[in-house]
Parts: sequence; structure tokens; C-alpha cells
Amino acid sequence: MVPTNYYLILSAILFGLGVLAFVFKRNIITIFMAIELMLNAVNLAFVAFSQALGKTDGEVFVLFVIVVAAAEAAVGLGIIILTARNRRSLNVERVDLLKL
Amino acid sequence: MSAALLIFFVLAGLAVLGAVALILQSHPIHSALSLILVMLSLAGLYLLMGAEFVAAVQIIVYGGAVMVLFVFVIMLLNAGEEERTNFSKLATFAGVPLALALGGVIAAAIARSSGHLPAPAANGALTPTRELSKLLFSEFVYPFELTSFLILVAIIGAIVLAQREN
Repeated sequence: MVPTNYYLILSAILFGLGVLAFVFKRNIITIFMAIELMLNAVNLAFVAFSQALGKTDGEVFVLFVIVVAAAEAAVGLGIIILTARNRRSLNVERVDLLKL
Repeated sequence: MSAALLIFFVLAGLAVLGAVALILQSHPIHSALSLILVMLSLAGLYLLMGAEFVAAVQIIVYGGAVMVLFVFVIMLLNAGEEERTNFSKLATFAGVPLALALGGVIAAAIARSSGHLPAPAANGALTPTRELSKLLFSEFVYPFELTSFLILVAIIGAIVLAQREN
């Protein structure tokens, strides 16, 4: 028997590490992976709550989150390929067209 | 310590290790492999909780499809080592502690509210996939149909974005 809180704390730790990777990394692909890590952390919390409350609704939501994440990966990686082709670099500091 | 708790700590340790490695690695392909480790250990945790279908989908969709897409793009763009640029002072002295504080605050809030959560009812029992599909095709049928539309839009968007313009 694993208490539900353990899962939730692990989910919070993974989410915090995802935020850290998001602000720390300079490679646009790695930043994208940090977003996937945060989505995974949220999925873990969903499944933990679903098991704790004895309802299956949370698992259905996880399936939706996975679908949205897959769609987001397809479109996001398309944008990354386009950016890399135009800028000749994967560094986000080089993508500064909107900067004053 | 029961066997379930032991498995939980091993898998949780692997997940946190993978997440830390994702940050510390400088090559994107190494970061991608670390992320695969995180996803596989999360799939193990889902199985431990009894969510068998979600665990299978996690491995097939995340560990399989999404990460293969990532690795393909890394190879396609020939992404090398992450180049070091000088961080702004604000990011080093404010951003990193704030990001760590966010995770800490969420974890502390969860740890403090331990009394309000019901104990896991059927720990060890698998959620029947039949029940999941019944819910998906009755109560959540409209969101389910909308996700198929979302995927269609994503396919068209990815094709339009990635094609060569001339």
C-alpha cells in the first residue's frame, strides 16, 4: 500500500524539475521536452487522485492529456523545424525578432 | 517496508534521476533518453496503482511515438551540444530559486493536507479497461470526438508547417 500523498509529492517534484528545465535550458528542443515532463507530472497526479477516489474519470482525463500532448508535439516540432531552417540555430536566445 | 512501497521508491527514484539528468545533460539526444527513462518509470508507477490501460498507452504513445518524433527531429536538425550563452543575472539569482520554490511549495502543500485525502480504496486491484471504455464512450463521448478533430487539425498543421516553401 503506497499512500496517495507519495504519488502527489513525486508529481510536484517532477513538475518543479520541469519548470527548472524550462527556464534553464537554451536548446529549443530540450525546452519542448521540459513541457512534456510537466504534462507527465500532471498525468501522475490525475491517476493518483483517480485511484484514491475510486473513480475512473481521472484516467479518462489522462487519455485526453496524452492526445493533446501528441498533437502539441507534432505541431510544435513542425514549428521548431521551421525556426531552425530560418535562423540556422536551435538556441532560443537567437530567436529575438519580437525583442525591442 | 512492503514490496509495493519498495517498488514505488525505486521507480520514483528513477523518475527523479531521469528528470535531473534531463536538466544536466548538454546534448539534446541525451536529454531525450533521460526523458524516456522518466516516462517508462511513470508507466511502472501507473501499473503499480492499477491503471493498466494508462500504463500501456503511456509506453506506446509517449515512450514510443512522441519520443521517436523528438529523436527524429534532433537527428534531422543535426542538433549538437547546447551552446553556452551568458545567462542574465536575473535568471540565475531569481529564476532558479523561484522554480525550486514552486516545486517545494506544491509538495509542502500536499504533505500538509494529508488528512483530507481518502486512502487508496482498491490498491493493487486493476482498473478494468471495460469500465474505462464505457466512460469514454458514454459520458465523455463529445470530448472524445473533439480530440479526433484536434488530431486532424494537428496533422494538417504539421504538414503545412514542415513543407518547403517555394
